[in-house]
Amino acid sequence: MVSDAYPRPFDERRQAGLERGGVLGLDPLLLGAALGLIGFSLFTLKAVTGGDVPHDPYFYVVRQAIYGVLGVALMLAIARVDYSRFRELRVGLYTAMMGSIILVLLLGQATRGSRRWIELPFFTFQPSELGKVLLITALAGFAIDRGRRVNERQQTARLMLMGFVPALIVFLQPDLGTAVTYVVITLAILFVVGVRWTHFALLGALLAVAVTAVLAIAPAVGHPVLKGYQQERLTSFLNPSSDPRDATYQIDQSLIAIGSGGKVGRGADSTQTENGFVPDRTTDFIFSVVGERFGFVGAAFVLSLYALLIWRALRIMTLSKNLYGSLIAGAIAAMFMCQVLVNIGVAIGIMPVTGIPLPLMSFGGSSVVVTLMAVGLLQSIYVQARLTSKSRADLLR
Amino acid sequence: MFGERERPLMPAQFALRVAILSGFALVMFSIIFFRLWYLQVLSGDKYLKQAKNNQVREITVRAPRGEILDRQGHVLVDNRTALALQLDPTRLPRSHRRRAQEFARLGQVIGMSPDQISKQLHEQTKELPANPVTLRRDVAYDLVYYLRENQAAYPGVDVQRVYVRNYPDGSLGAQIFGYVREVTENQLKEPRYQGLIPGDQVGQSGVENTYDNVLRGTNGLTRVQVDAAGQPTGGVLSETQAKAGDNLLLSIDAPVQQAGEAALNSFSTPGAFVAMNVQDGEILGLGSSPTFDPSIFTKPVISPSTYRQLTSQTTGAPLTDRAIQGLYPTGSTFKPITAMAALESGVMTPSTTIVDGGSFTEGGITLHNAGGGAYGALQLPQALQVSSDVFFYNVGAMLSREGNDAQQKWAADLGIGHPTGIDLPGEVAGLLPTPAWRNKLYKQAQSPDSPGGTSIVPGDPTDRPWTEGDNVNLAIGQGDLQADPLQMAVAYASIANGGDVVRPHVGLEVQDPRGGVVQEINPGPQRHLDINPQYRQAILDGIHMAAQSAGGTSYQVFGNFPIPMAGKTGTAQRPGQADQSWYVALAPYPNPQIVVAATIEQGGFGVEAAAPVARQILDAYYNTHKQAAKSAGGKVPSQGSIQAGPAAGAAGNPY
Repeated sequence: MVSDAYPRPFDERRQAGLERGGVLGLDPLLLGAALGLIGFSLFTLKAVTGGDVPHDPYFYVVRQAIYGVLGVALMLAIARVDYSRFRELRVGLYTAMMGSIILVLLLGQATRGSRRWIELPFFTFQPSELGKVLLITALAGFAIDRGRRVNERQQTARLMLMGFVPALIVFLQPDLGTAVTYVVITLAILFVVGVRWTHFALLGALLAVAVTAVLAIAPAVGHPVLKGYQQERLTSFLNPSSDPRDATYQIDQSLIAIGSGGKVGRGADSTQTENGFVPDRTTDFIFSVVGERFGFVGAAFVLSLYALLIWRALRIMTLSKNLYGSLIAGAIAAMFMCQVLVNIGVAIGIMPVTGIPLPLMSFGGSSVVVTLMAVGLLQSIYVQARLTSKSRADLLR
Repeated sequence: MFGERERPLMPAQFALRVAILSGFALVMFSIIFFRLWYLQVLSGDKYLKQAKNNQVREITVRAPRGEILDRQGHVLVDNRTALALQLDPTRLPRSHRRRAQEFARLGQVIGMSPDQISKQLHEQTKELPANPVTLRRDVAYDLVYYLRENQAAYPGVDVQRVYVRNYPDGSLGAQIFGYVREVTENQLKEPRYQGLIPGDQVGQSGVENTYDNVLRGTNGLTRVQVDAAGQPTGGVLSETQAKAGDNLLLSIDAPVQQAGEAALNSFSTPGAFVAMNVQDGEILGLGSSPTFDPSIFTKPVISPSTYRQLTSQTTGAPLTDRAIQGLYPTGSTFKPITAMAALESGVMTPSTTIVDGGSFTEGGITLHNAGGGAYGALQLPQALQVSSDVFFYNVGAMLSREGNDAQQKWAADLGIGHPTGIDLPGEVAGLLPTPAWRNKLYKQAQSPDSPGGTSIVPGDPTDRPWTEGDNVNLAIGQGDLQADPLQMAVAYASIANGGDVVRPHVGLEVQDPRGGVVQEINPGPQRHLDINPQYRQAILDGIHMAAQSAGGTSYQVFGNFPIPMAGKTGTAQRPGQADQSWYVALAPYPNPQIVVAATIEQGGFGVEAAAPVARQILDAYYNTHKQAAKSAGGKVPSQGSIQAGPAAGAAGNPY
């Protein structure tokens, strides 16, 4: 039944791609990239936070390691499950995502401030992070449901709405960075599922109008949509000299940190990230730490691990046994690309300051665990494709 | 198997989209890679330099000023540490809005308006933008604790220990010491303040000003490694120690100074005194009343009302040092100067006899002795003893006719009418009236170009040309004469020491902080006058009798003084107020070591106010010397400066 297999044009190469099978039939390169990033994260955190908590030089390292172990366990569990089953749960997954982010929004309003976390007995949990994988699995399922009518304008609009509404809710929490990720996920699924170019053009125009409205028109008429600091961050990127202490200051200090790292890094002599010139050095600006401590060599190494991760995601997208898998893999690849581009882009001064974690590198349980869950989904797609091709090969033999 | 609905895509289109996505990833990684290459490999050195600059902060360590000691080593002025509230401009929020909010919060807790804080910040950072700005000194501990606890709400607010002048004896010597304030913008441009930075303290008056370069010390500089919050991270990159200023030993004798100030304070009207070594011009005591509390100037801000109180005429302008800035006629204390001029110019001799008939007529005006009465035939010593005005009116007239301006020449030579050159800032010249001076002014007043045109204002010093009457008035220290106690002390000292016109000085020695002598201050006399010893003796005899012989003008004050001495009273008439009391004393007679000049505004006759002031100062002077001699040798001095006089036994005085 060759006609059932998808996508056919890549069959031979697909076959070749699946020949390699590591532990438990997982994609060894993907696994290596993920573990390599986690390991490098621990290494970096150890170097930079050794003196942060008195009498506990491993405070950050131990926690990040626990998150990593938890994430790897979840990754392995998900890899053993056939991801196709998630498609049947799409309504439940979507409801769970919406429910949790709305809950956070309501709790946040109760405390009259920015709130992204839910306090759990063991750690604080950030539902909008988990929402990323929930959104990917649910939205990919909905996209296939209506696959037959994929070129219809109505279909595009529905998917957009399903993706943009949670994005808006997350944005209101307020969490601009995650909201951007949601938008990118939605666009990636629309893109991979085959939405018409004209629709994309229209969408692009719409986004341009929205951004202009939020940044320029709304504040001008007295109803600012962005919180003060968000506006400041975004516009300071456009006018570098307007407020040196806050947003541009952060970029400047991050640039000095990374630049001063030179070819091989300053190691223990680091001062920019060591003495607090660079803010959020364990989370949003962890790449500045890598740049200063380990120099171009270290930064390029991290970058190559991300290249490997994203290449494998794109490759698995083509290996997938079905469209659902391709959509998930494409969305995850786009999500990783978005996060890497925005996070590193901010650190090297080519992006406006937006708080977004660097996958697997930034300290933080929610982000690490969820990223590893996404890797688990990719592994599941890989494993299933491999099983399928194996059984097909057995049949043909 | 997945059904038909699983294959919606044209495979070619799917491939295209995967390719686009991959292309996007490739572009993204390329941009990041080349940007990193540019930042780290190509611009690495530039950023490394910036990173190193980022972490260095230069901290000025201010040097404590040297101490000011009296001649015995008694501390008159030292330093104490005070808590100063400072703003570090580099750590203040950059956003105007947030900065204004912080100033509003801070203003509330320290009692300043946000505008005042901004003004201070602006003014004190004009020259060095990163220098800390002192808002308040001597802040209370509870405020310090509050600010420490709420540090996050007050970025850039620091509490530093700073050195502040301390005056253990309160207002004692305030006029001599002067005060210390932050160097002003204009002062920074002067060569003598080269190398100072805003915020440095410099002496603004008194010896603090004269000897500022000695007392000031050298700031230290510590370059430390700091974090983004400006907090030191432990690494001191380089350090130059602050070098404390040298100590200044004054010639002031604290007990003499104390006695003088106490004596002045017993009068409700202003006054001044000078006690000086006759031989070398060392000032033993110098004071002016009313005085002020110099610690007022240790506050960073002085309120306008306080400043008005220090300078206003109604409060007696406490900042004015009347000993060197008073402008007074001196009354009869001027007579020895007149006598010296008359003797040296040859218009009379010590034995020239003039009959005091009780009055003197000159130009149609008849003048009498101050106390009325007539003293009969007088020679110079007796004339000085009783302070005969008529005698000196005649001398003045003789000098005018035959003296060829000797009166003015000798008065000027003895130091009247120009600054004595004392090492205190702000000394005035005074006025020694001469024919040339008055005639010139009169000529100017007559000229049509003058403000009043050709009309003459009666009573104005310019209302008429010089006449003999001016000289007659000058002979007894009246008329247009304006002198201060220091000038009188110098004139008397010059006569007493045989012609050395001393240069008075309060600085005696510069010592390093460990007490080693760095420099001795001994300026030497201004000039030497050839004085006939006989004439000197006649004058000293006269004023010795004035003080210690029955019938002398100050016998009632000094008759029982245990040390033989000489002294001359003065009662100066000033328009619009009661007579000013003057006294100048020389002790011991006949070879004086100390001269004391005192004056009390509106104090009445010389013997009523100024003479008792001089007596108390001399008491203190001999008391200390006796004790010093006792502790040194255990023997009551029997020679030299401390000779028991004839009156000692009679008065039963403990000297």
